[in-house]
Formats: sequence, C-alpha cells, structure tokens
Amino acid sequence: MNETITVRIQKVKKNTIKGRLIFFLVLVAILLLVTVFADKIVPYDPYAQDLSQARQAPSAAHWMGTDQYGRDMFSRVVVGAQTSIFSTLALVGVISIFGTIVGTLCGYYGGALDSIVMRISDVCLAFPGLVFALAIAALLGGGVSNAVIALAVISWPKYARVARSQTLALKNGPFVSAARLSGSTSMQMILRHILPNILGPILVTAMLDIGTMMMELAGLSFLGLGAQPPTAEWGNMMSGGRSMLQTYPWLVLSPGFAIFLTVVIFNLLGDTVRDYMDPKNSRAR
Amino acid sequence: MKNYAVRRLLQLIPILLAITFLSYGMMRIAGSDVVEQKMENTGETVSQELIDAAREELGLDKPFVVQYFTWLGNLLRGDMGTSYVSNKPVFSTFVSKLPATLLLTVVSILLTVVISIPLGIWAAVKQNKATDYVIRTASFIGNSLPNFFVSLLLMYLFAIRLGWFPVISKGVSLQSVALPSLTLAIAMSAKYLRQVRATVLDELSKDYVLGAKARGVPFSTTMMKSVMKASLVTIITLLTLSIGSLLGGTAIVESIFMWDGVGKMAVDAINMRDYPIIQAYVMWMAIIYVLVNLITDLSYRYLDPRIRLGGIEQ
Repeated sequence: MNETITVRIQKVKKNTIKGRLIFFLVLVAILLLVTVFADKIVPYDPYAQDLSQARQAPSAAHWMGTDQYGRDMFSRVVVGAQTSIFSTLALVGVISIFGTIVGTLCGYYGGALDSIVMRISDVCLAFPGLVFALAIAALLGGGVSNAVIALAVISWPKYARVARSQTLALKNGPFVSAARLSGSTSMQMILRHILPNILGPILVTAMLDIGTMMMELAGLSFLGLGAQPPTAEWGNMMSGGRSMLQTYPWLVLSPGFAIFLTVVIFNLLGDTVRDYMDPKNSRAR
Repeated sequence: MKNYAVRRLLQLIPILLAITFLSYGMMRIAGSDVVEQKMENTGETVSQELIDAAREELGLDKPFVVQYFTWLGNLLRGDMGTSYVSNKPVFSTFVSKLPATLLLTVVSILLTVVISIPLGIWAAVKQNKATDYVIRTASFIGNSLPNFFVSLLLMYLFAIRLGWFPVISKGVSLQSVALPSLTLAIAMSAKYLRQVRATVLDELSKDYVLGAKARGVPFSTTMMKSVMKASLVTIITLLTLSIGSLLGGTAIVESIFMWDGVGKMAVDAINMRDYPIIQAYVMWMAIIYVLVNLITDLSYRYLDPRIRLGGIEQ
C-alpha cells in the first residue's frame, strides 16, 4: 500500500519535472532561434555609427538608447547574443567532449596514462579561479577564440574527473564483465557499454556549467581579453559603457541584464536537467 | 595523522615545481626576452654583438632548463627581476600590494559568513515554506549575476545614486572596502547559502533530532546545542577552502573599484604587457592557494576527532 503511494508521488513529481524540462527547453530554443537570426530581426545595423544620434536615452525609436557613437543599443545587445551564446556553447562543447574522452580512457586503462593525465589536471586545478585563464589570455592576446582557449585549459579537468570516476565505478560491474567474456574489444566496451552509461552525469555537469562559463567569458571580454571592440559582445559593451555609468547608465545596464537573463534561463534548464536525471526521481520514467 | 601530513607535504613539492616551471615557461613563450625589452626601452638601435654580450651576461644563452633553475634560485632569494614599466623590483611590488587584497578577502569572507549562515539555517528550518523559496530564489539570482555586473550595479546604486560610498576608493578605508567586498560576498553567499541549507537539512533528518523532540526537548535547544555544532564544522571547512579561490577571483572587482591590490596590479600589467608582474601574480596566487588548501585540510583533519584518533584513515 505504502509502496504504491510512494510510486504515485514519484510519478507526479516526475511529470512536473518533465513539464518544467519541456518548458525550459522551448525557452532555450526560442533564445537560440532569436540569436541565430539576430542580424535579420534587429531594427538597426548594430555597427552603423550616427554621431547625431549619440548617447540618446531609451525611447520608442531606440528601446535601450544609443551609445557614444550613436549605435542602437537594442540592436547591439541582440546581435551581441551571437558572440556570447555561441562562444559559450562552443567552449562547453569542446571541454565536455575532450574531458569525457580523456577521463574515460584514463579510467578504463589506468596505469601510466592515468597518472600522467591526472597530475596534469592537478596542476591545472592548482591555480585559483580565473588567475591561470587571465595569464593564458594575456599570453595569447585578445580575441574571443583566445578567451575560449584560456577557459578551456582551466575547465577540462572537471569533466575528465567526472568521466574517470564514473568509468572506474562501471569498469568492474557485472554487465561490463559479461560483455568482456562475450569477446568485446576494448573500443567496443568503451563505446557501447561505458560511454552511454556515463553520459548522464556529464550532461548534467555541462548544463550546469553553461551559465558560469558565459559569465567568465564575458568577464574576460570585460577586461579586454575576449571579444574586441567594435564587436558587439555583452562583456566588452559593458566595459565600454563603464566610464559613462554616471550619466548614461543604460549603456551598462542593458547588456548587463541581457547576460543576467540568459544565464538565468540556462541555469534553470541546468537545474531541471539535473532533477530529471536524478535517480531519486527516476522510478516512473 | 602525522604520516598523512608528511605525505601531503611531500606531494606539495612536484606541484610547486610544476607551478614555478609553468609560470617561467609561459613568460618565455611570451617571446619577450629581458634584453630585447630593455633595448627597446632605450629607444636606440643596438648592435647584435651588444645584445649577445648582454645575453651572455644574464645567462640567456644557456639551455632552457639551466635558465629555469637559475631563475628558481633567484626566486628563493626573493629576486623576481624588475617590472618593464616601473623598473621597480617585482617581488617587493607584489608584496606591497598583497595586504590590500588580503584585507578585501577577509572582509568578504566575514560578510559571507554573516549573510549565508543565518539565511541558510533559516531556509533549512522553514523547508518548503515561503521563506525557504524566497531565500533560495535570492541565492539563484546571486548565482546568475556576473561579478562585474554586480560591481557596477552596486556602484550605480550606492555610490552614484545614493552617494553613500566613494565611486573610486581613495586608499584603504572601511568605506572604500564596503562595495568591493559586498560584491564578492554576494556571489559567495549565493553559493554557500545552498550548502549551509543542505548541511543543516541533512543534520535535521538524523534520528537524534526526532529523539530529542520525542523527549520534549524544545526545538530551539536541539537546534542551538546539537544541529548547529555539528553543521558548523562542515560549513567552516567549505568557507576556508574558498579563501584561496576568492584571492584569485578579486582581479575584476579590484580593477572596477580601483582597489590597489594584486588583482588590479595584474590587470594593469596585462594591459601594459608587463610580463614579470603577470608571472609573479600567477605564481604567487597559485602557491598561496595550494598552501591555504593544505592548511585547511590538515586542520580540519586535526579538529575532527574521528580522524585525529585514527578511526578513519583515508
């Protein structure tokens, strides 16, 4: 009796989580659609300067005002989503794939490869916060791709560790032994039996990471180590408007709230994916 | 415990070597050789012989590894070369800026404790009630705000609109440390609040809490005497572990508020391509971080009687 009630509660919980998941997936899909077609839908050319229109307050014609060169802030914020969102997705994609491959191989084969890679990741993790990324970005010079490389270098170990520990936990499981007995090669074992089973935790880590990575990329751009002017990118737009915060606050506030909203949407999706994948809620999947 | 401490200290050696080697190597990859930099600064054209002679004098013609160990030897004597921009010794510049960053870090940690512990406990006690949702939403918002945006928002609100604090900090004072440390504390509290809540909830679900309730012990007594005591060890460990990463995370906030610490020094050095300063920053921040983490780990183990008395050995 008690058992069925618990199952029913879990079913209801699962359904609400599923509903939430669909809702946030649709929201992210809309966000991505807007981003892809950003240059088609904006009212003004985000790079067209018009000094006669410089530093206008938000109005019906310019929803977020204009900057010191008379460029329409709304158009720049919308187009800026392309740089911010696509470079973040590329970054998270690269580090999660690379980290998963490295971590799985280390966990599966162990030995010297494992010790060497894990010591390298120890060193990458020995630098606090953005310090190492700052140094790498300084070394490589400005540019979105360099900022992505800098953050990739400090962020891949997290994925390698998740993949490694999951692989270690699975490696000696009964179904893996069975597959080995039936003559699977190592490659088949990894691809067919281990990878599909560790993708869940990796996906959750990656989804929860998108927001953080977006903020860190924008932070590097804010310091002049990411996207360079005149590229419309939220971090460097805020850096450009910073000295005019007192008189023209919308130059900082509009791209700021754009980052905030985007990060909120991705974080909500990440939390929902985590709840969805949580084995505690998986009874009635 | 003693064995463990010795083992951890021995493990530190390769890590420290790797940190110094990377910091040295990165500086060399940057392709800026001291001689060229100095010659450029004089603005005169110099003959190749003169450059070669200066290189030989500085030992730059020797193999990379030899140069690294020479550099490491100098480092141990506190000599990290001179800044390209100010021509002052790098090490003393770094040391003179460090106290400001340490002060900022300590104030931020204190603020984080004051904000996150009471709110986390409150949220746990009122689990799934309105208070809990409000606190969790606030923590979610705090987690989704980049710190440079928080800095600028606080600056706009409190320094420009209300005029309570100076826009640009003039020297080190209580007033000027307020906004930068609040910025750092908001991000940290948003993160720790959740952990405090989870820790307290975990403790509250233990049998002794129910037992105390059954025996008629008032909830507030159980809370203050047992739950808090048990939770605080975990929470304080988490907080101390974050000191290191906080030290490394101050760069953006320091440069926005013109706070004269090592973070602002590093950002300025990056803009000026002042590689010796960048090198010192990267290396020392990593060393401090690794040491703080080690000390926290050891003292946590010492404080936990289960580990100290040899019950659990990892």
